[in-house]
Amino acid sequence: MDVFVQHVVNGLALGGVYALLSLGLALVFSILGLINFAHGELLTLGGYAIYGGLAVLALPFGGAVVVAIIATAVAAMAMERVAFRPVRDASAASMLLTSFAVSALLQVVLQNAISPRGKAIVTPAFFKQAITISDLVVGSIQALSIVATAILLLLLMVFLRSTVLGLAMRAAAVDFRTTRLMGIHANAVVATAFALSGILAGVAALLWVAQSGSVRPLMGLVPVLKAFIAVILGGLGSLPGAVVGGFVLGFIEVFLRAYLPGAALEFREAIALLIVITILFFRPQGLLGRRVEAAR
Amino acid sequence: MLAVDDLAVSYGAVHAVRGLSLTVATGEIVALLGANGAGKSSTLNAVMGLVPAASGRVEFAGQSVSGLAPERIVRLGMTLTPEGRHVFPNLSVDENLALGAATRNERRAIEATRAEVFELFPVLAERRTQLAGTLSGGEQQMLAIGRSLMSVPKLLLLDEPSLGLAPQIVDLIFDLIARLRTRGLTILLVEQSVDRALEIADRGYVLRNGQLAMAGRAGELRASTGVERAYMGLADV
Repeated sequence: MDVFVQHVVNGLALGGVYALLSLGLALVFSILGLINFAHGELLTLGGYAIYGGLAVLALPFGGAVVVAIIATAVAAMAMERVAFRPVRDASAASMLLTSFAVSALLQVVLQNAISPRGKAIVTPAFFKQAITISDLVVGSIQALSIVATAILLLLLMVFLRSTVLGLAMRAAAVDFRTTRLMGIHANAVVATAFALSGILAGVAALLWVAQSGSVRPLMGLVPVLKAFIAVILGGLGSLPGAVVGGFVLGFIEVFLRAYLPGAALEFREAIALLIVITILFFRPQGLLGRRVEAAR
Repeated sequence: MLAVDDLAVSYGAVHAVRGLSLTVATGEIVALLGANGAGKSSTLNAVMGLVPAASGRVEFAGQSVSGLAPERIVRLGMTLTPEGRHVFPNLSVDENLALGAATRNERRAIEATRAEVFELFPVLAERRTQLAGTLSGGEQQMLAIGRSLMSVPKLLLLDEPSLGLAPQIVDLIFDLIARLRTRGLTILLVEQSVDRALEIADRGYVLRNGQLAMAGRAGELRASTGVERAYMGLADV
């Protein structure tokens, strides 16, 4: 039983990171209809910002994290301004290809300007400790992941429910044109979506780097693919769906790693995807997605 | 208050509106009539900046608004209640109204406007926390109009407010439009219920194939017969 609870904690921690990333993807998708594959590079940039904050600016770890979150938010907005705004009215395919271009460009720049190989990040000693709650031993990184995810999701929910800009984001996700009729500036909504996705990626970068202890130019690739799967699983276009999808995917991975017999262990990614496909077979609109309805 | 001069709207090779000029004076209700596809909605959308005008000028309150984005035009005091209502289905009634007031800052003034909207549409007050997508068609139309009123417009463009509604609800909506005028609102009304629209309007314009076919006092247009009524889309009456 204790072991089971331990796996639940691990599932929450991993699922939380996926949830932050998939929520960032879903926020931008809900507004622009763009799957931003350069989202993974925001995670990478966040990681390098932490590295730079520590190694170059000699900041304390907390300071480097703040720098990284600001950096990813600014980078996300810059990405929108430079790369996506000019193709906003173009086809979905053009926007998708633009995001691949941004992704590839940032990878190459990081490889050439810094190093194609990874850089180690010295995480605080605290990260290697464990927290004991009665019988339960929780790694401090897991605890940090769960707490950070919970706080961030809560803040985002408050923003989306109780500020005019937040309401506008939810409205624009369904009907952008009518949202503009409310006097809401289209560019403000789009820029906010990117800024939020950047902040989420910045916090995800902290959690990812805390786990791996290093940064690499291609580190964003796998997480963004996982986040994309989580978005589809939860229901494309649904923000709560993206969060749920992230957690479900995290739980699937953790439980497969824990309970698969040794011989099957190396196929766990494939088995995880098989489970996702099975879910989508029965709920093609995703866990929380709505079936596409004709406009009322 | 509104002056449209030689307006043209095209979708690719299709000319939806050509050479249209019309005016709306302060305090008037002006009806814009015509059959399906005559260019009524295209006109409103172009005035509002939702679709680009191929040519022509639009002046609102003495100021050119040609080429302005819809969000800028709303801030000048003109707004549109779109055809098909377009309430935000995933937001509550209260949240829809709050977005309607997005251009305003003073909490107490917004609160006062909301009280007025609830006075006009008591049913909305009962449904404040309900998601707009779960309202009936008539309630959604009331919410759409109420949401427009939250910005305290000088000029309200109403696109087919009676579309798809039950007859009693249509009565209610038209009564309401007449009441809005007594509160000092100027209204440009697009309608397919021609006779109903002309009952409450001061003047009317009739479009046919994107061009002005007739214009005049509401009484004169109501008295028109035969071919003229066909222009208004009344061929089947």
